[in-house]
Amino acid sequence: MPFIPHTEQDVAEMLAALGIASAEELFDEIPRSLQCDGLDGIADGISEMSMLNLMRARAKNDETGTCFLGAGCYDHHIPAAVWDIASRGEFLTAYTPYQAEASQGTLQLVYEFQTMLASLAGMDVANASVYDGASALAEAILMAVRIQRRAKSKRVLVPGALHPTYLATVKTIVSQQGIEVDLLPMQEGVVPTANLNIDDAVAVVVQQPNFFGLLEDADAITDAAHTAGALLIGVVNPMTLAMLKPPGAWGSKGADIACGDGQPLGIPMASGGPSFGFLCSRLANVRQLPGRIAGRTTDPNGNEGFVLTLQAREQHIRRAKATSNICTNQGLLVTAATIYLTLLGPHGLRAVANTCHRNSHHLVDRLTSFEGVTKRFDQPFFHECVLDFDRSTSTLQQTMLEQGILAGYPLEGLIENGERAMLVCATETRTEADIERYCEVFANG
Amino acid sequence: MAEFPPHLHYAKTHEWVRFEGDRAIVGISDFAQEQLGDVVYVELPELGLQVEAGDETAVVESVKAASDIYAPVAGEVVECNEQLDAEPEIVNQDPYGNGWFFVLQIQTKEESNDLLTADAYASMCEDESA
Amino acid sequence: MASTIFDKSRATRRAKAQHPTLASSPELPSKFLRTEQPMLPEVSELQAVRHFTNLARRNFSIDTHFYPLGSCTMKYNPRGAHRAAMQEGFLQRHPLTPASHSQGTLACLYELQETLQTVTGTAQVCLTPMAGAQGELTGALMIKAYHADHGDTERNEIIVPTAAHGTNPATASMAGLVAKEVQVNAEGDVDLHSLEQVVGPKTAGVMLTNPSTCAVFERKIETISDIVHGAGGLLYYDGANLNAILGRARPGDMQFDVLHLNLHKTFATPHGGGGPGAGPVGANELLAPYLPTPLVAKDENGYRWVEQEERPHSIGRLSAFMGNVGILLRAYAYALMLGRDGMRRVSEFATLNANYLMQRLADAGFELPYPNRRATHEFTISLRREAHETTVTAMDFAKRLLDYGFHAPTTYFPLLIPECFLIEPTETETKEELDAFADAMIAILKESHDNPAYVKQAPHQQSIGRLDEVQAVRKLDVTAIPS
Repeated sequence: MPFIPHTEQDVAEMLAALGIASAEELFDEIPRSLQCDGLDGIADGISEMSMLNLMRARAKNDETGTCFLGAGCYDHHIPAAVWDIASRGEFLTAYTPYQAEASQGTLQLVYEFQTMLASLAGMDVANASVYDGASALAEAILMAVRIQRRAKSKRVLVPGALHPTYLATVKTIVSQQGIEVDLLPMQEGVVPTANLNIDDAVAVVVQQPNFFGLLEDADAITDAAHTAGALLIGVVNPMTLAMLKPPGAWGSKGADIACGDGQPLGIPMASGGPSFGFLCSRLANVRQLPGRIAGRTTDPNGNEGFVLTLQAREQHIRRAKATSNICTNQGLLVTAATIYLTLLGPHGLRAVANTCHRNSHHLVDRLTSFEGVTKRFDQPFFHECVLDFDRSTSTLQQTMLEQGILAGYPLEGLIENGERAMLVCATETRTEADIERYCEVFANG
Repeated sequence: MAEFPPHLHYAKTHEWVRFEGDRAIVGISDFAQEQLGDVVYVELPELGLQVEAGDETAVVESVKAASDIYAPVAGEVVECNEQLDAEPEIVNQDPYGNGWFFVLQIQTKEESNDLLTADAYASMCEDESA
Repeated sequence: MASTIFDKSRATRRAKAQHPTLASSPELPSKFLRTEQPMLPEVSELQAVRHFTNLARRNFSIDTHFYPLGSCTMKYNPRGAHRAAMQEGFLQRHPLTPASHSQGTLACLYELQETLQTVTGTAQVCLTPMAGAQGELTGALMIKAYHADHGDTERNEIIVPTAAHGTNPATASMAGLVAKEVQVNAEGDVDLHSLEQVVGPKTAGVMLTNPSTCAVFERKIETISDIVHGAGGLLYYDGANLNAILGRARPGDMQFDVLHLNLHKTFATPHGGGGPGAGPVGANELLAPYLPTPLVAKDENGYRWVEQEERPHSIGRLSAFMGNVGILLRAYAYALMLGRDGMRRVSEFATLNANYLMQRLADAGFELPYPNRRATHEFTISLRREAHETTVTAMDFAKRLLDYGFHAPTTYFPLLIPECFLIEPTETETKEELDAFADAMIAILKESHDNPAYVKQAPHQQSIGRLDEVQAVRKLDVTAIPS
């Protein structure tokens, strides 16, 4: 009986206290016709040792080698202290801090997280996270539509180079509320800012850097959106904000909402989840911001402490009129990210961003020195770049995988002539030697 | 005990209304503010908004609840109590005076047939809290 | 001691071991660059470690305290399952790695799909929804898509019991549906007469938990299912309370068409201070085509992802990649250790513990809102008499319990029970712990008669006194950024 502590004597005493002969009697309100005798097809339980042997073998199977693949999930160094502390039982096995006085650790940490994220994004406030970057964008769009509820249209414009699965997720979640999602045209991999037609859209989305790693003219798009009466939603990679202009400073008035995925901040790639999504906004719109928010207050003796605040927006109070149905957050990942940002500090995070930028440019320079490899777009990029090859990139990816190199993301179906295009990335974890080995394997492949 | 000034009209949804010519001043009752507890936020309508009787027009929030405020009569929102932005606690302190929410410009007073007198409303509240 | 990490920050102090070597990088046009330094702490590595370790010590958690938070299933989260998911091969797997080099992960996910299908009695399970609420949204969207496919476009109402969790009506709104409430009767069951009145040609479906949020088993579930199906509606099962019936009754057998499970409850994955969770969705043959993507399939070449192209009826994607895989791996590891018999024992001992604790509290004079009903894996008590006699409320009891070393149960839920505690002890607690909790409740009951003011000012022995939530909203302070 794994994890069940009852001794025979315990059971006997408990049954006696209840005046029954067997625990089975406690299920007598379930109609007999609905009771099943067991779960055929499920194997007998095994020990932790046997389970770990099996899981170890499976994990070992999936060790692929050196990662040059990004596309929304990045291989960064994670300081040892991050998960050592985040895995402490007090963080790992607590729940939503409903009883503030018994949850000051989580609540203060969330407050510190909100400060760090809001400041990175150049915004006033941040929530305590939603599921992931894609669902954060969906929530940001719903939020923008709520803020603009008096507007006639429910049309939202998204860039052509938005992450494709973000777009798919947004469509699944927001289309049910009569929201139209239209694509802005794309030229040379970015949104062309001349004659941008925003028309009656209530919000415009900018992803910076965009899915192809390119830098959009966020200032111009932000100003154009505001001139047309639309809100501006920025989708950003928080790591890049150590170096790049934050959404809050875009254009003359700044973005209204900033969102994105926190995976680059100390979260392992781990098949893409769990990660966390973040949402930041202006203070004036804080009541339309979904998800948990921690606030600082005092106890009767004037001691400062932290509570969940603005709860009247949430589903447990507002029910059908809540800002979102979201109930949980991704607390554990927020814990890791807060420790990560603390260990890196402003200079460390900037060094990470800088190194990613440099390594990716170095990789691109080395690869384009080969005959038949060219850059698709002549635009500034951050740490990802689309390269055109003289062969099928999905075949190339398979060939290089056999040599222990995850070469990039083949773009078949995601860009014009994508069969021979690939998105590549080199983070701060890639060394000069890693990049040289990539070139060597490519040259021989 | 909650107070129910006799010169006001009341809606079943706990708003009060005071008519001054073609203006209807709207707030929430003493009973309603007691039930809500400490008011922490009031979301007021935009000026110029046209509402029908029964339309959701404002929201009042306490720590543990958020309630819609319905327009007791049809009209156009012509004034809002901006003081509630900074000091929502006025709703608790002075629900029938400085704690008013908004003013509606009305066409006719006919809808007031659906409204309750102070006595009728007081007995409704008594039933609700029983 | 609310000194924040920012109070400890000193300009130019660094945790240098964490910095990559800063080298010159290509120049970007200045219009893309940041000019102001972000407000991140500047501290040493030891300061960071000490700060967060000390914060951890100010939390109650399952690992440190009995945590009988009703409807949340705060059972022991096995460390072995955590270890299993924290191995390099899993942590370092990029989500877009081809399936050919991901057979280990895919095998786990496929087998978890199969296990959950068996557990719930459904035809197909999709693992990607990232929490119970996202599972609910998935189910609502699937129900909507099914009706739309059958030209049944008038069905826009979802029926939920008045006692339902707030996510149910919130989900209906998000899905563009209207929530309609059905009454719950004095015994805690759905009122069948009320149900018959509310179902009709506009009914898209009904959302139910079973056992219900009133913590009793919905005895007339077969009749409910007949009424809703008879009206052309579908049945959604909210798996929040599956721990109560694991291995002995299956939602599929109760004629539910679509459902979600909360793996962070029933399958013991860590709650992490608020998440992550995982809310896989299962469906019968009728609704399976509408499940989100991706799914995992197995064929002669091994395991592979099934994407939208192969699933034309799918409602689509819900996440950038494939949901909370790390949580799914932990749930799979837990399921392996439990096995068939272990699962059945979960519900047996969860129910035994809840009924025993309910009996002890009833014997001590606490009011049971449903005195003629069995407890399921959880139960409710009402403290309205205590509140009336002593002015000590459920909230005061909750705060005082912290001083006795227990996390409080869920308070004021379900809303229809006044001064309510929803208490869920779970199967992993010892009889001694249950007895100690009952003794604490009895002691607080005595205190509330002897010295109500003292109880009303609780907690007294925590690092902080009762915090002012009104001030927190009125004087909103949600970042340390100087204004």
